[in-house]
Amino acid sequence: MEKYVYIALFAPLVGSLFAALFSQRPKALITGVVTSTLLFVSFVASVILLNHVSQVGAVHVTMMDWIQAGDMSIPFGFNIDQVTAVMMTVVTLVSTVVHVYSNGYMDHDKGFNRFFSYLSAFVFSMMVLVMSDNFLGLFIGWEGVGVCSWLLIGFWYHKADVTRDVNPSISPSWAANEAFIMNRVADLGMLVGIFLIYWNIGSLQYADVFAAVPSMDHGMLVTIGIFLFIGAMGKSAQFPLHTWLADAMEGPTPVSALIHAATMVTAGVYLVIRANPLYSAIPEVSYFIAVLGTFVAIFAASMALVNRDLKRIIAYSTLSQLGYMFAAAGLGAYWVALFHLAAHAFFKALLFLGAGNVMHAMDDELDIFKMGGLKKAMRWTYLYMGLASLALAGIWPLAGFFSKDTILEVAFNEHTYGIWLILWFTAGLTAFYSFRQVFLTFTGDERYKPLGFHPHEVPKYVLWAMSPLALLAVIFGWYKDEFVAFITHFLPTYEMSEHTEHFVVILTVVTTAIALSGIVFAWFRYSKGLKRSAKVEQSLPYRILSNQYYIPILYENVFSKPYAALSHAFWEEIDQQVVDATVDGIATAIKDGGDSSRKIQTGNLSDYLKLMSGGALVLVALVLFAAMQN
Amino acid sequence: MITMNHYLILSGILFAIGLVGVVRRKNLLMLFFATEIMLNAANIAFAAVSSYYHDLTGQMFAFFIIAVAASEVAVGLGLLILLYKKYGTINIDDFTIMKG
Repeated sequence: MEKYVYIALFAPLVGSLFAALFSQRPKALITGVVTSTLLFVSFVASVILLNHVSQVGAVHVTMMDWIQAGDMSIPFGFNIDQVTAVMMTVVTLVSTVVHVYSNGYMDHDKGFNRFFSYLSAFVFSMMVLVMSDNFLGLFIGWEGVGVCSWLLIGFWYHKADVTRDVNPSISPSWAANEAFIMNRVADLGMLVGIFLIYWNIGSLQYADVFAAVPSMDHGMLVTIGIFLFIGAMGKSAQFPLHTWLADAMEGPTPVSALIHAATMVTAGVYLVIRANPLYSAIPEVSYFIAVLGTFVAIFAASMALVNRDLKRIIAYSTLSQLGYMFAAAGLGAYWVALFHLAAHAFFKALLFLGAGNVMHAMDDELDIFKMGGLKKAMRWTYLYMGLASLALAGIWPLAGFFSKDTILEVAFNEHTYGIWLILWFTAGLTAFYSFRQVFLTFTGDERYKPLGFHPHEVPKYVLWAMSPLALLAVIFGWYKDEFVAFITHFLPTYEMSEHTEHFVVILTVVTTAIALSGIVFAWFRYSKGLKRSAKVEQSLPYRILSNQYYIPILYENVFSKPYAALSHAFWEEIDQQVVDATVDGIATAIKDGGDSSRKIQTGNLSDYLKLMSGGALVLVALVLFAAMQN
Repeated sequence: MITMNHYLILSGILFAIGLVGVVRRKNLLMLFFATEIMLNAANIAFAAVSSYYHDLTGQMFAFFIIAVAASEVAVGLGLLILLYKKYGTINIDDFTIMKG
């Protein structure tokens, strides 16, 4: 089995390096084909491992010793247990689809080869993240996906900065830096958590750490739990570190599908699931995670209600669904969080790729107010996006129904009715904004016609490439029982109480009802065409929501601008006045000394001889003086 | 009775004369003469001290100096003649092309 571990891990790296060889060359189709093939190989190896894990059990390999210093011993080891096997399969499956899709999507892009190199490098980092058997390996993967995310958000770095009212993300390079810097802030927290773990336990291996948890001081566990969660908050874009995710939509759409919906942003959820023995021991932190997740769920959903940008709406829904996952994990239902993570990865990636098709058809136009009636031109994309939105809204029998419904049942079961109520309401909002987007894009009047767009469906093979995701978005939920049986070998089981069992049918009906009412409301409001009301758009709530609660502007005024002013002051006052002045002063003194002593170089031999004689006399005088002292 | 001190004083006087010549003279040929005087002042001191201590090393050294001085003059005079042919003068105040 060891060889499958290495194949799954290193196939994307080989693909990335291969594509990198062509980075300076014009588009070469071979880079796309080779990376896609290697990703498929990695996917097959992951499936074999998944099968092996379910039949036999976890696989553990130690590739080499990595850090050996004194008592510290950190090996480069990989542990494929149930959680990792599920993550690997999800990551490689979505990656394979996205790679094949990108062959079509990036067809005319100058950076075709570069794109595939970055994309495969991302998958490799993500595999390191999920496969590592210790916190430090996880951190390496964590930073690796951060770098690849930065590279890919800023893929079109040549675009100029614009003001916030033209494009809320300002520019790809601005958005890339925002994402990178915000993640560094969170990663510092994570790093402190890892230091604390090593300091208190003396090992970073998951097995050692989680074995030591029961005997540790509670206060220290809380501290570690909080710091690790700060890291998770950054990667999974939880409030207040959420602004980068919507801006990250500046990247190419396949990147949004792979990194900013299906895989990287779920790394924070993965961390909490992975550290479940730790978080089970600190219920107060877990409760905070659940509350924060619930808040983010409704907070992000509310911003999606009024947004006009196709990709941003999906980004907010990603944020909202991540909130659901954290709510589930925080309430102790770790397998439910993982189940929703996998289901969400399939339908959200499908949704993003569908949005990519629309963008392609509309010459990169993203404003859904300028679309409408696209279903005639793009029947398959309409079907895919409709399916994905139904799954997102949680309509039976699609994947989202099973996972989201279970999260709501968990919230009910824990007697946290406030959380349940908010998540329930958010389910309605989710259904509404998803179908607002679908109807505004695909049905009603063809608003794009006066604007001169000529939409067309994407190539057949791109549609075929998306079909596995569509299939899984439909059927994944049907395998819930198998999933539970498989995953609870590793994760703690979660049993509903009899009280909840009693209410399950009612809960399901109520949840489905609000989702359906959201869809129906969206249908009445938007399916016939766009009816804009200036009064609504001028109202305060609408403006607050469409400006993202003014949080980006707040951050800019509270953090960015003072920081820039402070940096400017330091530059002028300390760097220029003290540091530069000292260094320049030394140089100037030497230069002036050389200038003034230049006069003695007259070129006349006689003068030199005089100076030399004078010097010799001085030396003689000194020697005499010294001799007389004795 | 002539003691070592007399020789050393003579050597010192000769050295001083040579030094003044080196510093004051402007004619390159005279500079050569002045350096020869200084070298021979050293030779006298070596020979005197050697004789006084009954150690032949000093006299050997004096021979070395004579040999070095001879070769120095041979090379130096050759250069001087070339210099005179090229510029028509051997006054060192006329050679200040290396002024910084």
